Amino acid sequence: MRLFPILSILLMLLFCASLLVGHTTASIGDSLSALITGDGPLGTVMQDIRLPRAILAVLVGGTLGLAGAAMQGYLRNPLAEPGLIGISGAASLGAVLSLQTGFAGLFWLALPLSALGMSVLAVLGILVLAGRQGRSLSLILAGIAISALSGAMTSLVLNLSPNPYATAEIVFWMMGSLSDRSFDHVWIALPFCIIGGAMVLSLGPALNALSLGEDTAATMGIHLARTRLTLVIGVAAMIGATTAVAGAVGFVGLVIPHILRRWVGARPSTLMGASALGGAVMILAADLLVRLVLPDRDLKLGVVMAILGAPLFLHLIYKTRADLS
Amino acid sequence: MFVRPSKLIALVAALLFGVAPIYGNPQRVVSLNLCTDQLLMLLADADQIASLSKIATDPRTSPMAQRAQEFPINSGDAEEIFMQAPDLVLAGTYTEQGTVQMLRSLGIAVEIFAPEQNFDDIRQNIARMGQLLGNPQRADTMLRDFEGRLAQLTNGITQRPRAALYSANGYTTGAETMAGHILSAAGFDNIATEAGISWGGTLPLETLVMLQPDLVITGSTYPGHSRSEEILRHPALTPLKSITQTGAKWVCGTPAVLDAVADLQRAHPDKGAK
Repeated sequence: MRLFPILSILLMLLFCASLLVGHTTASIGDSLSALITGDGPLGTVMQDIRLPRAILAVLVGGTLGLAGAAMQGYLRNPLAEPGLIGISGAASLGAVLSLQTGFAGLFWLALPLSALGMSVLAVLGILVLAGRQGRSLSLILAGIAISALSGAMTSLVLNLSPNPYATAEIVFWMMGSLSDRSFDHVWIALPFCIIGGAMVLSLGPALNALSLGEDTAATMGIHLARTRLTLVIGVAAMIGATTAVAGAVGFVGLVIPHILRRWVGARPSTLMGASALGGAVMILAADLLVRLVLPDRDLKLGVVMAILGAPLFLHLIYKTRADLS
Repeated sequence: MFVRPSKLIALVAALLFGVAPIYGNPQRVVSLNLCTDQLLMLLADADQIASLSKIATDPRTSPMAQRAQEFPINSGDAEEIFMQAPDLVLAGTYTEQGTVQMLRSLGIAVEIFAPEQNFDDIRQNIARMGQLLGNPQRADTMLRDFEGRLAQLTNGITQRPRAALYSANGYTTGAETMAGHILSAAGFDNIATEAGISWGGTLPLETLVMLQPDLVITGSTYPGHSRSEEILRHPALTPLKSITQTGAKWVCGTPAVLDAVADLQRAHPDKGAK
């Protein structure tokens, strides 16, 4: 199995490329030495502008891929994706609410905690509405309702803001962007990504057993309620934290497990690790595209992801249309 | 809501015959634009002013907000303006065109002022306002004071540090704009020129850091949160020297821009800054 080495090498190559692409043109040697020493203006550019952006791309992509694979494994449904079923949208709403009310300024964890709180509500809502069997139709319908509601509430809150720039940011919260993020944002998101990621990855054996059905899994000693709670909190922590700093980026959690599934077989435990790597690769690549195609326009990450992801999503629907009807 | 009979007759006459407006000494002047509000307050007798625009009293945009509270405020609505029976209405280039057309078709004289882009525009608009209000000698005095203070401010500048005007979303303002001329008069070179921006445009944070300006001038931020304004607190800007300037003096081309020049010079090495 060569998938993991290939993904790891791709990840490292794209991470380096992400550090080397920007408005400022400098040689690779100068850039890398400035990255290490931090001397001069180029040092500031490398350490304070490009490094946090590349790290955030890995965090955002990795958590979205991981969350998508975990949700799909638990619900045994290839359509379960944080963006599509409203978890990211709810996290955006939580972040916007805490920023506009000033709650985010009270203590440094206030922003990710608010986003996390709203995404916990969304995940719980999805699980209740879609049922434990995770039937496609009810899952998608519940997701559409939660997405639409949280998107509308986000727009409303931003429209009511006293800040004239806030309204223009509706698109950021719905599409996501990594431009001009700093290490402040990395430190906000990182702890939640690590804790949430560890929680979700620990579910590997349980999800493997669940792929045989809940009754079988229960007889194999899997504690269903505990699995469910760990999944809800883990996914909400990762999506809440990354959405709070980078907005809601769609399609990654849907497309990545879908692409990688054929390489890892149907084992959710392997797919989760592969999807985390794959998601990071995809967001790094998309963020590079954003900077290379229209460098001056702050093209939104979600726009690129939708252009890449929508055809794959349509393909997925085409293949599963028999189940949906 | 009384309208004097003589006014009413004049209005009816204007409606019937499309009479050309008679200037010279207008007695009821209405302003629809923040910048004409200020020139009006500066050059008219208080009893010439019928009403001012509704943002004239907002201290964030109007340096004469305090003074403006002495006068009635209009909402910019044609019906309301008409009922105030003005003999002169002052508007800006970007005043709602429908309102201007409506007032003109009702026979009211409307004078349009273009936004000032440089110090010459300021001089011309002051002189024109003086003419319109029948107070040319007051305008002449103001122009003499303006030249004198400008000369005094620009005197003794030997070095020109490189400065950047930086606002939300990484927007920078170039040398051709009013803000650019204020910066230049204060004795600074505009970094936007080095980046090839002469009016206004986005200056990426990376480019700003690499250009290493001696001074970064940012606007004050609004209440509530916006990601657009987060860029002004980005850690990459910390090594650069930066100051915050409030907006009101920068908005309109009036003698108040010289206050903006004087404020900026507190950060200039030839004018007492370390």
